[in-house]
Amino acid sequence: MARTALRLSATTAFMTLAVLGAQAEDRVVNVFNWSDYIDSSILQDFTKETGIKVVYDVYDSNEILETKLLAGGSGYDVVVPTGSFLQRQIQAGVFEKLDKSKLPNIKNMWDQVTKRTDLFDPGSEYSINYMWGTVGIGYNKEKIKAALGTDTIDSWKAVFDPEQAAKLKDCGINFLDSPTDMIPVMLAYLGLNPDSHEPDDIAKAEEAFMKVRPFVRKFHSSEFINGLANGDICVAVGWSGDVFQARDRAEEAKNGVELAYAIPKEGTQMWFDQMAIPADAPHKEEALEFLNYMMKPEVIAKSSNYVFYANGNKASQEFLDPEVKDDPAVYPDEATMSTLFVNTALDPKTQRLFTRTWTKVVTGQ
Amino acid sequence: MTNVALPAADTATAAQKPLPARLAAAFVSRLVIIVPYVWLLFFFLIPFLIVFKISLSTTAIAMPPYAPVLGFGDGISGFIDGLKQLSFDNYVWLTQDALYFNAYITSVIVAGISTFLTLLIGYPIAYGMARAPASLRPTLLMMVILPFWTSFLIRVYAWIGILKPEGLLNQLLLGIGVIQEPLIITNTYTAIFIGIVYSYLPFMVLPLYSSLEKMDHSLIEAAQDLGCQPIAAFWKITFPLSIPGVVAGCLLVFIPAVGEFVIPDLLGSSRTLMIGKTLWTEFFTNRDWPVSSAVAIILLLVLIVPIVFFQNAQARAQEAGR
Repeated sequence: MARTALRLSATTAFMTLAVLGAQAEDRVVNVFNWSDYIDSSILQDFTKETGIKVVYDVYDSNEILETKLLAGGSGYDVVVPTGSFLQRQIQAGVFEKLDKSKLPNIKNMWDQVTKRTDLFDPGSEYSINYMWGTVGIGYNKEKIKAALGTDTIDSWKAVFDPEQAAKLKDCGINFLDSPTDMIPVMLAYLGLNPDSHEPDDIAKAEEAFMKVRPFVRKFHSSEFINGLANGDICVAVGWSGDVFQARDRAEEAKNGVELAYAIPKEGTQMWFDQMAIPADAPHKEEALEFLNYMMKPEVIAKSSNYVFYANGNKASQEFLDPEVKDDPAVYPDEATMSTLFVNTALDPKTQRLFTRTWTKVVTGQ
Repeated sequence: MTNVALPAADTATAAQKPLPARLAAAFVSRLVIIVPYVWLLFFFLIPFLIVFKISLSTTAIAMPPYAPVLGFGDGISGFIDGLKQLSFDNYVWLTQDALYFNAYITSVIVAGISTFLTLLIGYPIAYGMARAPASLRPTLLMMVILPFWTSFLIRVYAWIGILKPEGLLNQLLLGIGVIQEPLIITNTYTAIFIGIVYSYLPFMVLPLYSSLEKMDHSLIEAAQDLGCQPIAAFWKITFPLSIPGVVAGCLLVFIPAVGEFVIPDLLGSSRTLMIGKTLWTEFFTNRDWPVSSAVAIILLLVLIVPIVFFQNAQARAQEAGR
């Protein structure tokens, strides 16, 4: 007992010292976000305005982030997981409930987005939308015209119908190596419920994938950016922002590659990257100030103008560049919006079924 | 052996030294033996036991994502309750789906072929280095190590640039008219072999070089004086003497190649099913730490069995040689 007491008091003394030390020093917020996902001048402006130093770290997959969060003690104050991941992480008790009284700028958020994010975080109790986008088809106009006779794609048929896919085989098709992105869009193409967790529906999606699998050059979630930009491949099922990034790279390289992005008419998956505060975050006050700052209309508009993704902030729209706001691939019109769907988190058993199905599609085993 | 020798040394010095000094000396000599064991305990055995324990638990939506966590938070009884929940179900699961078995087999075959190719290329390099003039050897050694100064990832990426259909290799071959159509090398097993052989070549060359360099060249001269042809002399003298280097080099290449994740992911086809990728999927995509731990434990066994076998064979060969 005595020893425990001694250790406790030592810990308390150490913690007090640590707290005092932190107060005497600069205030800090540790942000963990996706790579290439912010205009870095925003971080400098934030420090100028609040005196809080931003330590900014990046990751390139939800899985890496999730593993750090589930292991605990990540040391991050603000993280940006995608909706369905966030939903499960909330269940696991990873996040702190947001103190809305410290987030007055939440009034700027867009109901069109929050009504969808309510599916995985009802009432935005734990998270604020940062950016959102779609899963769609990125394609090389010239090569598509040579293979299909038309330079526009508007349907999943181009990649999910074996006859069409066979024609595109030689110029190169890439699929995302991600069951949670690919299976729902295949379900949408087949006219089934895209958020279905029914084994029968997933089996139908598998069957359809097995038919186009021979025509797919590679299943990979990031290589297609370079592949499209260089002209190594001609079609990719990918995330909107990544395709825009490929388009910009091709323009910069002036290599004659002209890329376009399609939201297929059968509908597609919408994804939402949500800012949240881990329950074990060391600087929660600073994290809330950061979140509130990111909801300022001019600030988040600056970020969207830089990364070419739509944000969930209604008030920011007047500050957006016309090339962002008026691009229907970034901000789809009302009619297209109504075809978009949101996927919810999978329970462990369904997750395993998704992954196993996908391994079979990718490797044939 | 060492333990037997120690008391003898102690008694020899007993007459000259006072007791505290003798105890100190005994302690120091014991410490020298203990240090490697302590190292193994903390950096091998304890992590292994933690992973083994996780492999016996079940997944949960929690932090960490498995149960029971098996801490002492609820006292000894809580710990014992936790122990009762452990089970070998995850290992049974691994046998029920052919996926895992196939992944292990593919990995071992890919690693085996790569190791053989690395040996085939690495041996002449090491031989050439060991026979080079002594003044040149440090430079050659430097050239083998030099690639390590660049990031491994960047070097593997560079191979994509070389091997892809519009890459440097195809441009060269098309340019000189050897081929008419570009070769498809990226996203095939060939590309994986090239990547592994290239990346692990130094691990093969260095141990081979160190065993070949130590070899007494007069043995070859003696063999030749006795009428042995150069090729026969190589197989009768040089190669047997370099076997420790061959074994060390092969293990250094084979072991990391079995679990290789980056090279098959970047250079290989998505259709290649290897255990590194399977483990990644279980851990990150399925969030199934228990099953991925079981996969890792089995992988460790797959690797340890041949090593123990090799070591036993070597020890027996040495005994026989005496």
